Amino acid sequence: MADLEAFRQETREWLEANCPEEMRKPMQSEADAVWGGKKFKFSEPQKLWLDRMAEKGWTVPEWPTEYGGGGLSKAEAKILREEMQRIKARVPLQSFGIWMLGPALLKYGTHEQKLEHLPPIARGEIRWAQGYSEPNAGSDLAALMTKCEDKGDHYIVNGQKIWTSYADKADWIFVLVRTDFQATKHNGISFILVDMDQPGVTTKPIKLISGASPFCETFFDDARAEKHNLVGELNRGWDVAKYLLTHEREMIGGMGSGGMRPMGDVAVQQVGLNDAGQLADPFLRADVARAEIDGMAFMFTMERVADEAKAGQGTGANSSVLKYYGTEFNKRRLELMMDSSGSDGLEWGGKDDVARGWLRSKGNSIEGGTSEVQLNIIAKRILQLPSA
Amino acid sequence: MAMVLNEEVGMLKDAAKGFLTDSAPVSQLRKLRDEKSADGFDRKTWSAMAEMGWTSVLVPEDFGGVEMGYVAAGVIAEEMGRTLTASPYLSTAIMGATAFGRFGSDAQKAEWLPRIAAGDAITAIAVDEASKHNPSKVAATAERSGNGFKLNGKKTFVAEGHVADMLIVSARTAGSETEAEGITLFLVPRDAAGVSVERSDMVDSRNSARITLDNVEVTADAVLGEVDGGLKALEGILDAGRAGLSAEMSGSAQQCLENTTRYLQERKQFGVIIGTFQALQHRAAHLYSEVELGKSIVLKALQTLDAAPEHAAILVCAAKAKMGQVAQLATQEALQMHGGIGMTDEFDVGFFMKRVRVAEALYGDANFQADKFARMRNY
Repeated sequence: MADLEAFRQETREWLEANCPEEMRKPMQSEADAVWGGKKFKFSEPQKLWLDRMAEKGWTVPEWPTEYGGGGLSKAEAKILREEMQRIKARVPLQSFGIWMLGPALLKYGTHEQKLEHLPPIARGEIRWAQGYSEPNAGSDLAALMTKCEDKGDHYIVNGQKIWTSYADKADWIFVLVRTDFQATKHNGISFILVDMDQPGVTTKPIKLISGASPFCETFFDDARAEKHNLVGELNRGWDVAKYLLTHEREMIGGMGSGGMRPMGDVAVQQVGLNDAGQLADPFLRADVARAEIDGMAFMFTMERVADEAKAGQGTGANSSVLKYYGTEFNKRRLELMMDSSGSDGLEWGGKDDVARGWLRSKGNSIEGGTSEVQLNIIAKRILQLPSA
Repeated sequence: MAMVLNEEVGMLKDAAKGFLTDSAPVSQLRKLRDEKSADGFDRKTWSAMAEMGWTSVLVPEDFGGVEMGYVAAGVIAEEMGRTLTASPYLSTAIMGATAFGRFGSDAQKAEWLPRIAAGDAITAIAVDEASKHNPSKVAATAERSGNGFKLNGKKTFVAEGHVADMLIVSARTAGSETEAEGITLFLVPRDAAGVSVERSDMVDSRNSARITLDNVEVTADAVLGEVDGGLKALEGILDAGRAGLSAEMSGSAQQCLENTTRYLQERKQFGVIIGTFQALQHRAAHLYSEVELGKSIVLKALQTLDAAPEHAAILVCAAKAKMGQVAQLATQEALQMHGGIGMTDEFDVGFFMKRVRVAEALYGDANFQADKFARMRNY
């Protein structure tokens, strides 16, 4: 405990000395987030903050130091988060490399694969995209048909991926490919890492109902992949894919929880209070109160699931509960933001850009496995209900 | 504080589950109901609970207790929610112990806490006057009379009212009926002259009573907490009760979910196990998610009552609102998924549905809590 207190003190002093003032101001929008990669345009303070944190390994505090991490224990990482929150320091780097590929490589990768790919993720040098869904493999992901052929000293990949987030801004992509067309569908899939900087890989942004294009189609046309970039065993990629999906689900499920203005505050600002000091719209007031209560219960559930995991209790399938509830809740939250905002919320680019967030949230309960798929997983894995 | 039970509380929970499942299952409540028990609870079971230390879980060691805190008190309540065990545990071991332990004078503590810890005294909180909970609206009066007070008024929905040794009664010593100021708490022996108690026949087969106070004389040392400033103590006592009820409802909800899941795994229709039907799988999985959320907010409320009681009010409020709705969903879904058998008295699901309805209403239903939550959030 004394060691942890000393760590807190050192961390506090280091953050005070090293976090640039600009990086202590709240982000104005999603555009202020630092994703890294070769194509990313950093502001000066963003780059300075990233480099200083990466030097300490604190962009990925719990990864081992030899792979660019900070080597911190869970308790130390928690202190680091608390101390960053104390001075309102922004997260120096966010990426699919950190949230998804990193954990999968740490579990399934070889030492050489970790050495090659993890440090550039930690330093924000390489930005990764996720090549999972295909036009004919959505909820039924294992039906994927992107073909990967063994050409002796390398592989050749052909096929099409869809809903690849920010693929047009990414440098590398982790891809689920079919390496055995004879095997049953889950047993012929492999997990491979592909450099996007080659003529065989092209991307095309998809315009969404929100007007934005966070997703792309990604085409593989005789794209080359190196043999040493196959992760896990050949034809056992589904194990890696599932493990990575649990991390993705937790990430998407958690999107509705942090850093948002409380619904009640937005409603008061937009609708105002009556003489009794209550929200002037009584039906909205009731909806907002119930939603805020559910939001608290959800936040504490994330906390409890994390604490149970640390204590070796609980079940891995709880990521499906968080994904299901978190995304359905986020949709509800944004519906209430729209209810509160009236015509202000109906203008593109209005205050807080509510409309874009509202429309974007509709995808939350589809991406990373639909709500219905999550309910199937809960029924099967947690409640042990039989399959038809 | 990590949101997991420590080893000591984990052991208490296992022990409570073992005892209640063996000695006080739902069939005990059914028997008490069918035999029209005069006490409404089993005194032998109550003594055994006291011997195991459950009545002293919130009583400080100086007064003969083990003071394990609200998380510990909550896991016992949760297990009682699984077995629907009838007892004065909530009114006495949780609310009575909180009343004296946190708000009592030294003399009141010395007199009552050891008796509560030993299981020798039963207390009841008499707060409601109308069919909807509203603790700051008090019409019952306490006029100064000699060295003490003279109480008049009516109370309703008093849990364990007819078996209590001591009633803790809210009455108005100043102000108008709806004012927060001017409320005082009094200790009134149930057998005091002028107190009449009429037992109510409740849907959950648990104890509740109407109480009439007709020129009841009490001395000045019968005041619990401050004269005119009793609402703060009352809210503290009620919050302990609300947290305990939330934990109890959590247990009931979990039990309903588990019973239903087992039924879905066994029952066959159309030649197949009905648990293979996606329509039922999704209902059960949604219920599971809601129960998990309820468990989390109840645990957080209990932990906060232990660690920072001054910040607990909004969490208790949110916990009771959430768990009340989740538990009602659980009983309703359990009945629907059990089909016709769920409608029979022979089957237990009806007992859960009726108890949860009462627990949800007691000390403020989900609407009351959500309204209070909104006021605390300044909207």
